Amino acid sequence: MSYNPVLDRETQEDDRPTSFVPSEVGMQDATGDTTGATLAGIRPAEGILVPDAEDIVQGSASHQHGSDPVVSQTMVLNMGPQHPSTHGVLRLVLEVDGETVVSLAPDIGYLHTGIEKTCEAKFYNQVTPLTDRIDYLCPMTNNTAYALAVEKLLGLEVPERAQVLRVLLNELTRIQSHLVWLGTHAMDIGALTVFLYCFREREDLLRIFEAISGQRMMGSYIRIGGVALEPPAGIYDRIRSFLNDFPEHISEYEGLLNANPIWIGRLKDVGHLSAEDAIALGVTGPSLRASGVDFDLRRDMPYSSYERFKFNIPVSNGCDVWARYLVRMQEMRESTLICHQALDLLATLHHQPLHADAPKILLPDREKMKTQMESLIHHFKIVTEGFQVPAGEATSSVEAPHGMMNYYVVSDGTSKPYRVHMRNADFANLQALETMCKGRLIADVVAVIGSIDIVLGAIDR
Amino acid sequence: MADHPSSSSTSSSANPTAEPSAIFGKQAILEAFAGHPAVHTLEQLLIDAKWDRQELTLSVAPQTILDAVRAIKAAGYNFLEDVTAVDWYPTDTPSAPRFQISYSILSHSRKERIRIVARVMGDNPHMDSITSVWPSANFYEREVFDLFGIHFAGHPHLTRIMLPDNWNGHPLRKDYPVEGYR
Repeated sequence: MSYNPVLDRETQEDDRPTSFVPSEVGMQDATGDTTGATLAGIRPAEGILVPDAEDIVQGSASHQHGSDPVVSQTMVLNMGPQHPSTHGVLRLVLEVDGETVVSLAPDIGYLHTGIEKTCEAKFYNQVTPLTDRIDYLCPMTNNTAYALAVEKLLGLEVPERAQVLRVLLNELTRIQSHLVWLGTHAMDIGALTVFLYCFREREDLLRIFEAISGQRMMGSYIRIGGVALEPPAGIYDRIRSFLNDFPEHISEYEGLLNANPIWIGRLKDVGHLSAEDAIALGVTGPSLRASGVDFDLRRDMPYSSYERFKFNIPVSNGCDVWARYLVRMQEMRESTLICHQALDLLATLHHQPLHADAPKILLPDREKMKTQMESLIHHFKIVTEGFQVPAGEATSSVEAPHGMMNYYVVSDGTSKPYRVHMRNADFANLQALETMCKGRLIADVVAVIGSIDIVLGAIDR
Repeated sequence: MADHPSSSSTSSSANPTAEPSAIFGKQAILEAFAGHPAVHTLEQLLIDAKWDRQELTLSVAPQTILDAVRAIKAAGYNFLEDVTAVDWYPTDTPSAPRFQISYSILSHSRKERIRIVARVMGDNPHMDSITSVWPSANFYEREVFDLFGIHFAGHPHLTRIMLPDNWNGHPLRKDYPVEGYR
């Protein structure tokens, strides 16, 4: 405490005790919150940094309502939203007995941007760039899901070539997303090397995306009715050479991890989630398949020409973090195979256009727009007024890297969507966190968060 | 109310491009989908139905939602995908209530999705929570409560999930502005 001699002399007598005590109490609460350890019993003052930890933990499923979590041995511990292992801004409030998790409740919404509300104020075309930013690890998948829903409303037929190109990009996106998952998951456990290797390959993929769409991450490449533009010359060879090398890289990651005793010890028999619980809690994607439920939308409810591809769905009965690791590693291999098939198909379909024949919905070719009056009119109308979509509602459903991604689009017949709702796997998968962590150690929570592979942008929207 | 094709649209311009395969109305659906397990199960509870864009939408009264989802779960639709709402403001009459709550339900074995819809009036909107049938409805219903202000009776912990607890209003309602402060 430094004293200003002038001020100090003036305030010395009476002011100090009264002005000092309340602020010190406030400080204590605030530091308690920011360091991540809010002791139950000290209720944070009104309006302080974060909501009351006790209220959150009391909302969790396993907390005994009415009992006071303070009196016996349990302690309420705050984890996040700035915790490095929570993959963004997830805040968890843990009730712990020693180091054992008694109950756990996620507190989300720190990234809530009201994207669904924003969509209602945009033309249908203008929504596509917003969808990139929801699940920012798989922007192409978001684009696809949104495009499929609006195409369903419009009754648009997308040419085969565009559909296959979508499949190719969706699978590359899956590999990219799984690489981020593997890198961060391993880093959470303490294996930093894997992260660097994964990001090396991810960089290759981002450069491919940049060459195709002009942007590394937020490509907005998949549009309503097709894709944005013709891929550049030579890109398929580049993708092919990446795919040829990639299985070796997967083996390289596995070489770092599979026989690593720390990795095995931290993953095996941790975060148990039975198939019944997974279905009851709405878990989808690799986490569901690692609980022994053999369901994958790409095979079971195919979209965008997935029915033309031959691939296996990795399933495991392990129900633990290790099983989720195995399933995702195998999925990357399968995605590589799908990409090879997609490239073969694209070579046979090269004469086809990349977007539907719908001049009133899709922006015209640049050349035509400058030479033909009609195309110019269409361009002007689409840009200034959008296009009308027949009234009705449609749900599209795609298998995103994190699980089932649904877009529910409601139209009232105007050029702006009446309602756009995204169902992201991350939001539902997060609900299963408590079931997986209850009765386990705090360190296991970190492993389990890594294994459900969440993106907070998709949860908070 | 029953046999009216409710494309549940505020603009009364009927479907301009209703495909020939679209079927509207309870009676028509009951005939066209006679052997369908979902339609058969909900036959008594149905107030409206449609088959549009390859999607089956079944409307039930909000009071009967728990019976409906219990029956549909027993009929093999084992996976609750989503619960969300649509605000048809300013429409708010007993025959076309303001809020539409959509339940998206999947059957893993039939590889098929249905949508169950219930509409509630805008004044003090409330529904029964289906968390007792599907625990996964917990977060979805909290989200609908937060962003639309629809109460779910019987929900274990109905608090705001996205927005701070002291937030005023429900942003996804149509009378909530997109820009600026309320």
